[in-house]
Amino acid sequence: MGSRASTLLREEEIEEIKKETGFSHSQITRLYSRFTSLDKGENGTLSREDFQRIPELAINPLGDRIINAFFPEGEDQVNFRGFMRTLAHFRPIEDNEKNKNATTSEPLNSRTNKLLFAFRLYDLDRDDKISRDELLQVLRMMVGVNISDEQLGSIADRTIQEADTNGDNSISFNEFIKVLEKVDVEQKMSIRFLH
Amino acid sequence: MEGLWSLALAVFQMWMFVVVFLIMLPAMFGLSLGVTGVYIQMLVHVLEWATLRIQRGRQEQPGVPIPLPSGIIERAGGSLEEQMEQLRRAHSLAGSEFALSDAFFFYKKGLESIVDDQVTQRFSSEELASWNLLTRTNQNFHYISLRLTIIWGLGVVIRYGVLFPLRITLAVIGLTWLVIGTTLVGILPESRAKSWLSEVVHLTCYRICARGLSATIQYHNKENRPQKGGICVSNHTTPIDVVILANDGCYAMVGQVHGGLMGVIQRSMVRSCPHVWFERSEMKDRHAVTSRLRAHVAAKTKLPILIFPEGTCINNTSVMMFKKGSFEIGGTIHPVAIKYDPRFGDAFWNSSKHNMVSYLLRMMTSWAIVVNVWYLPAMTLQDGEDAVQFANRVKSAIAHQGGLLDLDWDGGLKRGKVKDSFKEEQQKMYSSIIVGHKISSTSRERE
Repeated sequence: MGSRASTLLREEEIEEIKKETGFSHSQITRLYSRFTSLDKGENGTLSREDFQRIPELAINPLGDRIINAFFPEGEDQVNFRGFMRTLAHFRPIEDNEKNKNATTSEPLNSRTNKLLFAFRLYDLDRDDKISRDELLQVLRMMVGVNISDEQLGSIADRTIQEADTNGDNSISFNEFIKVLEKVDVEQKMSIRFLH
Repeated sequence: MEGLWSLALAVFQMWMFVVVFLIMLPAMFGLSLGVTGVYIQMLVHVLEWATLRIQRGRQEQPGVPIPLPSGIIERAGGSLEEQMEQLRRAHSLAGSEFALSDAFFFYKKGLESIVDDQVTQRFSSEELASWNLLTRTNQNFHYISLRLTIIWGLGVVIRYGVLFPLRITLAVIGLTWLVIGTTLVGILPESRAKSWLSEVVHLTCYRICARGLSATIQYHNKENRPQKGGICVSNHTTPIDVVILANDGCYAMVGQVHGGLMGVIQRSMVRSCPHVWFERSEMKDRHAVTSRLRAHVAAKTKLPILIFPEGTCINNTSVMMFKKGSFEIGGTIHPVAIKYDPRFGDAFWNSSKHNMVSYLLRMMTSWAIVVNVWYLPAMTLQDGEDAVQFANRVKSAIAHQGGLLDLDWDGGLKRGKVKDSFKEEQQKMYSSIIVGHKISSTSRERE
């Protein structure tokens, strides 16, 4: 039960997470009890297997890429801080956050950060560019065996053509932002966390 | 020294007198002196009072988190296809069949399932709306007031000091009676008298056991009680489900052979009554299982079979996929919905966390078991319906009656992994969306 565990979360830790992620006190304790219930090893961190045990995630065509977003390069465990940092990208942007002065660092759930997060989903080798090959791989994950290589190739080509402005046959983050200019990222990359 | 001994003896005699004459004997004949009823009434009042105190405490100290039985996040409704369509329509994709932003949909879905999914939380204890004064459920509740703490302390003394020894005595008597009684009846030759005696033994000891758990059972629509030659299917929360149902009639049970305490009980029960136990290896051979059950049902005189088609215990909030096996046998299905009142104690058996004995100890130190049982009208396979559809229909009826969430997920996911075919279905859905666009655009060109 998440019972004893949630009391293990120290007040100072909650405060720090609150500052970093913008989640409220009760959201943090609730997500902590979710975290501990996923933590089957009971060691305070989640592994890839812990995530894969969620059936709805396991059937998600991009499940593996999503799980990957929780793990920094070369690591295979994520602690509660890291877990919350990733989730924070999906907090809706609140009105009072929009008008924050520019001097404070950009919150994790800003439009740019949400886009960067989505960009990394495609950028498999983390070289800040989406190559045709990377796009093809992600597309293949999404469609499975239902679409031929040829057809998928032409989809990838067209997508890159539309986005690529400097002619390097890949999509940089800036080009990515431009293509998605009109998309309501704030809404599509947000989850309504209850207060 | 001698004085102490005689005092202890006197106390023991008193104790046994109370147990045997005031609880056990009335229970055996299905009578009640109304003590449990009064106890439950009092409990309801105490818990209501505690809820008020906690709410007040929360207003005074805003740091105390409010538990949310409805979950952590609010999800968008509608099927996958609808949501996806909506998403795509929103950024008006003219011409192109794929957009980089399509991944957002899966991304959001994935994150939502990480934060709050429908399946895994069915395999852990249900969250309560308000603390029920049991230490073990005190998850997000902190110290609130002195009075509440005193009441909780009193509760501990009553539960562990009075109720627990009482329940243990009853359970031991009940189970011993069951093992001895069924073994004795088992020696008798097959006859009508034997099955009658067997029913008497079963019924009386289940009633004693039910007292041992302070079970208050409310049966609804008794006219729909399962009949001989039929199959009774029910949602499954705990092995106690069996005791609950058997308090109102006898069943032939179907299930896996267990080890330990359960094994001893199972072995003695099968001697007097045609229960159907399977070895784990046999269970895999679905064909053998079905044919044995079919043979049982074909003999119209035999007790109704009791099956839990979910195949595993679910935490009393939902009904999960019904395995189709029991619906292929043929014969009449008598659906039963069982819903426990979580305020008085968590009836769910989390078998990966507690073994049978420690689970029973938890139950015996809870406040009580208050449970509603609904007998639903008999159902049969309709024309043009296959076993899977029939199973789903019965499941929905049970979920609806019991006020439980109707889920299509397989309870087997508690231990096993999800099948790849589900992922393939998602991929197919997405493919048809992006190819569908293309097809419609080419057909427009043709016109």
